[in-house]
Amino acid sequence: MPTRRTVPQVLDRDFLEIRARMLDLAAALDRIDRASLPSHQTPDQRLAQIRSGLEALLVPESDRAETIQRLFSLEYDPHWSKRFELPVQSGR
Amino acid sequence: MRYIDPHIHMVSRTTDDYKRMALAGCAMVSEPAFWAGFDRSGPEGFRDYFRQLTEYESRRAALYGIRHHCWLCINAKEAENVELSRQVIAMIPEFLDRASVLGIGEIGLNKNTRNESTIFLEHLDLAARTGELVLVHTPHLADKYAGTRMILDMVASDRRIDPARVCIDHVEEHTIRAALDAGHWVGMTLYPTTKCTPVRAADMIEKYGTERIMVNSAGDWGHSDPLAVPELIFELKSRGHGEAEIRRVVYENPIHFFSGCPRFVPPVMS
Repeated sequence: MPTRRTVPQVLDRDFLEIRARMLDLAAALDRIDRASLPSHQTPDQRLAQIRSGLEALLVPESDRAETIQRLFSLEYDPHWSKRFELPVQSGR
Repeated sequence: MRYIDPHIHMVSRTTDDYKRMALAGCAMVSEPAFWAGFDRSGPEGFRDYFRQLTEYESRRAALYGIRHHCWLCINAKEAENVELSRQVIAMIPEFLDRASVLGIGEIGLNKNTRNESTIFLEHLDLAARTGELVLVHTPHLADKYAGTRMILDMVASDRRIDPARVCIDHVEEHTIRAALDAGHWVGMTLYPTTKCTPVRAADMIEKYGTERIMVNSAGDWGHSDPLAVPELIFELKSRGHGEAEIRRVVYENPIHFFSGCPRFVPPVMS
């Protein structure tokens, strides 16, 4: 079921929504910048996730959504079944 | 367009929703057993819930011309209580001969724990022994990727289970390929914010095709939309996709998957 649309057709429909979502994102980043960081606190790991996500958006590949999903995911442990002592072949 | 919502928790919805769904073209729903929003106090609470799913809810749906099917299990969240889970699993066969039951579900993982995995394997064993279809819930947010991989490991480890008789539900961009490659059916859940929006689901259908893919609203007591499947139909139509292709995803594919259940009588296709 491949897409039937051209780039201009996608932009005709989605451009304003993309613009609005970019503004939302920009405003959220400004909001974080305006907020204070408690002293003696280690950097919040979530900020690094957001920064990595923004960098991933600039990579011209067709699976950016999958990349963003993985950035916000815990890693899979291929030895999980041994850790749980369950009769499952993991890490295929 | 007539459609099927293969995953919706109608016990948590009002009768008005049945009417709106009927007006939007809903012909059939399937309702997996799930967490009620609180932990039940014992196995008898599940017996009443299974009676509600298999006896009462189908009558409520029929008032609006909607066929109601269901799935039975103890959900992943309450599966953390292994003793309770085993009592519920032992009770399920009492209900498996009822006409509206499609199989075992929605089993799965929530926080990817040892207890959840133990009970998932015991549900799989029940499905293998009784020849039932399986509907699998995959975890939320950060736990989804690892949990889905663990689920795929467990299903593949039970050689009695045909992967084509298992639907991996709530897939997203980072889990859909692995589930399809393993030979399973997949469900995309259309939620207003989390899981998958209708727009992103349409993107994944364009990328992966229509084979072994279903879409659902998973409407429940939380923030969800029982008319999410028509939203996807609208999105696909607006992108220029044909009625036959859309109908395959929202109507024919669920019937194909449900037909693996010997109790399921497919509707006459017009």
